[in-house]
Amino acid sequence: MTALLETKAISKRFGGLEAVSGVDLRLERGEVRALIGPNGAGKTTLVSLISGRLSPTSGRVLFAGRDVTSLRAWDRVGLGIVYTFQVTSIYRGFSVYDNVALAAQRRRLRALADWIALDRQAVARDVEAALATVGLWALRDQPARALAYGHQRLLEVAMALALRPELLILDEPSQGLAAAEIDGLCGLVRDIARAATVLVIEHNMAVVLELAGRVTVMDQGRIIAEGTPREIEAHAEVQKAYLGR
Amino acid sequence: MSLEAHLFLALLEGTVGALVLALTALGLSLVFGVMRIVNVAHGAFFMLGAIVTWYVSTLLGSFLLALVVAPLVVGAVAVVADRLVLRPIGYEPESTIVATIGLLYILEQAVLMIYGPYARPVTAPIYFRVDFPSFGYSGYKLIVGGVAAILLVATWIALARTKLGLYMRATQQDREIAQAFAVPVGRVYTTAFGAGAGLAAVAGALIVPVQQAHYLMGLDALLLSFVVVILGGLGSLRGTLVAAFVVGLSDGAVSVLFSPTLAKIVATLLVALVLAVRGRGLFGEEIA
Amino acid sequence: MTLGLHLGVLALLGGLQLVLPPFHHGMLARIMVLAAYAAGYNLLLGYAGLMSLGHAMFFAAGMYGTGLTIHYLGVGVITGFLLGVVAGLAVAAAVGLITLRTAGPAFLIVTMMLAQAFYLATLYFNEITGGDQGFILSGLHLDLAGRRLPLADPAVKYNVALVVFAACLLLNFWIVRSPAGRILLALRENEERTRLLGYNTPRYRLFAVTVSGLVAAVAGSAYTLLFSYVGSTFAGILYSIYPLLWALLGGAGTILGPLVGTLVMTYLVDVASSLTTGYLIVVGATLVVTILWVPAGIVGGIRARWAPWLP
Repeated sequence: MTALLETKAISKRFGGLEAVSGVDLRLERGEVRALIGPNGAGKTTLVSLISGRLSPTSGRVLFAGRDVTSLRAWDRVGLGIVYTFQVTSIYRGFSVYDNVALAAQRRRLRALADWIALDRQAVARDVEAALATVGLWALRDQPARALAYGHQRLLEVAMALALRPELLILDEPSQGLAAAEIDGLCGLVRDIARAATVLVIEHNMAVVLELAGRVTVMDQGRIIAEGTPREIEAHAEVQKAYLGR
Repeated sequence: MSLEAHLFLALLEGTVGALVLALTALGLSLVFGVMRIVNVAHGAFFMLGAIVTWYVSTLLGSFLLALVVAPLVVGAVAVVADRLVLRPIGYEPESTIVATIGLLYILEQAVLMIYGPYARPVTAPIYFRVDFPSFGYSGYKLIVGGVAAILLVATWIALARTKLGLYMRATQQDREIAQAFAVPVGRVYTTAFGAGAGLAAVAGALIVPVQQAHYLMGLDALLLSFVVVILGGLGSLRGTLVAAFVVGLSDGAVSVLFSPTLAKIVATLLVALVLAVRGRGLFGEEIA
Repeated sequence: MTLGLHLGVLALLGGLQLVLPPFHHGMLARIMVLAAYAAGYNLLLGYAGLMSLGHAMFFAAGMYGTGLTIHYLGVGVITGFLLGVVAGLAVAAAVGLITLRTAGPAFLIVTMMLAQAFYLATLYFNEITGGDQGFILSGLHLDLAGRRLPLADPAVKYNVALVVFAACLLLNFWIVRSPAGRILLALRENEERTRLLGYNTPRYRLFAVTVSGLVAAVAGSAYTLLFSYVGSTFAGILYSIYPLLWALLGGAGTILGPLVGTLVMTYLVDVASSLTTGYLIVVGATLVVTILWVPAGIVGGIRARWAPWLP
């Protein structure tokens, strides 16, 4: 069986610094994979190469067996590769509803006729579904800038859901959240994982242990270990590089 | 007149023109570099320098005095504009452009109301001819070139050697770090804006005996300064100088061989394309 | 309800000709055409968030496209109008492609430089364009349903201007409420996020510049037909600054703002010009005052305070 996502010897160089060097990553359909590593390990750069935010210096990205290396970010979204930002990136001037509607209408705009008369009810259904999943439906008419920080993170996830991801990349979703909110987030990610493959960058080891089926560890632009959460916890090199023990 | 003489004349004219242009563009570049704003009123400061020069040298009879008064008056106008308009809007790039367009019209139209729609000359303070083998050349123009060169060097030294210059360079590098090192960024901004206007005003003053003072003379100065600053690179003194010579000399050549209008069309198109290709990087905006 | 409001404004403009004295007919006809121009500009500034300083080249492309073909080729009014619009479309698409990679001040300067080159070209080819002097078109008339309507007739002029303005206003209204309008607003707020929501952002930018330039060309072409004059003044930098001023004063990113801004400013300039030769000082003063104290503009201010539903 082909993997959902494969990177082949992918590298990214910024000037003299090789942020990602020769990474081979393989994600199976339906798994929840955690990507961990110390700051500056190249995690965000790696997922940026996958989402198409950055283009690689060398190497290839395969998605569902297809080479997507030369596709731009917007076309990769069309295939189902969806990225949520580490730094909350929502349209602060839009209402909560319009934020999600912008994402939801993406799939509905295929023919010219859709541009002239968009099926607004279909979009509305998608928006409602996405907002209900993250629990923000009641706040739909609020301007996004008025939301509390935790709710803004959830809105970010709702926008991603409205795109119907095959592969959802979450970049440090628990960052800055309170303990109760983190529990909610874990439940949400498990829900999402029933329909999509999830790649999550995470610093909070409790979240990693709770969610991930497998864990990939990066350090200095390379993958240094991969395995189940238990194996990773016991891994000597990981402890040295990352856990500092 | 032989071809060599023609070429020599074009070279001479081009060099003098380039030095004055460099002086004007340096003012724009300074403001660009230190404050990260596009000052559309820069040409109006150039024009105002010329007009003040006409008033001072006509009413008080001294061109040399005018050469000192013009940049001071224009610099003061710029400082007032900075405090009353630019600072309150927080130097936000696009608002600043709108505000300086407004300033441009206020200055230009005020001059039209007070000074009138005339183009008026000032007699050169020194009149002599320099005789070259086959033609004579205005000695004043050579002095204009010389004074412009001296002022360029002086500005260079001021930026490289004085504490104020250090502050300006620090602010240009990184505003926040400069602030953290107790650079009075607010005052540096005001000074840079005033000094930039002053440089334009001196250039305007120097040119009056050659070109006459007119309320619309600022637009050409503005556009040519843009051309120079964009080709030369943001806030780079050396780049500004080199670009001023390239533009000044080639403008002269195309003007002599074809037509001045065509020269300007070529120059503006060239710059538009350079900027379009180099994109936003030129203005230090983040690409992603 | 909001559509009703805009139709009501158009009906009001239509009714005004029955009550206003003749002098204001010509004035309002001019204002409506220029407000259409401002509305085109506002599509770019207010919705896509791109500030251009070169829209005069689109306006003038419409003007010359129409004026030159009527003057030299003797085509009819409708054909001339369409040719002007096509010329504007071509110029706008070309400028959109050239400026694709620029943003913020760089976009502004590139458009200003391109417009300046265009303006100088109208002077350089003055044997054809008439340069500064321009040329006058005479005896223009519209053949409509078997009737011959002279465009110089005040009533015809007024109503043609109204139709042009109404078309641009409704197009504006429709675009803003369409899915494309939401994408343009998204582009203004956060381009990178929009890219990662799966939108080909350069394509939408190109769309915005092209449509904005197209509307400006429609206005330029209509202006030529209604006022029978073609001249390089309309390609100059002042005519790039005017729509910026009108849109900002009325309220960038509001549909009625351009009309309000053009109306206020045209009368203000008219009054000032009877008082002083330096009447354009009101242009400068209004720009400064607007940016300092009413950055949202008149309609924008009303929306913020009383009517958040205004598009």
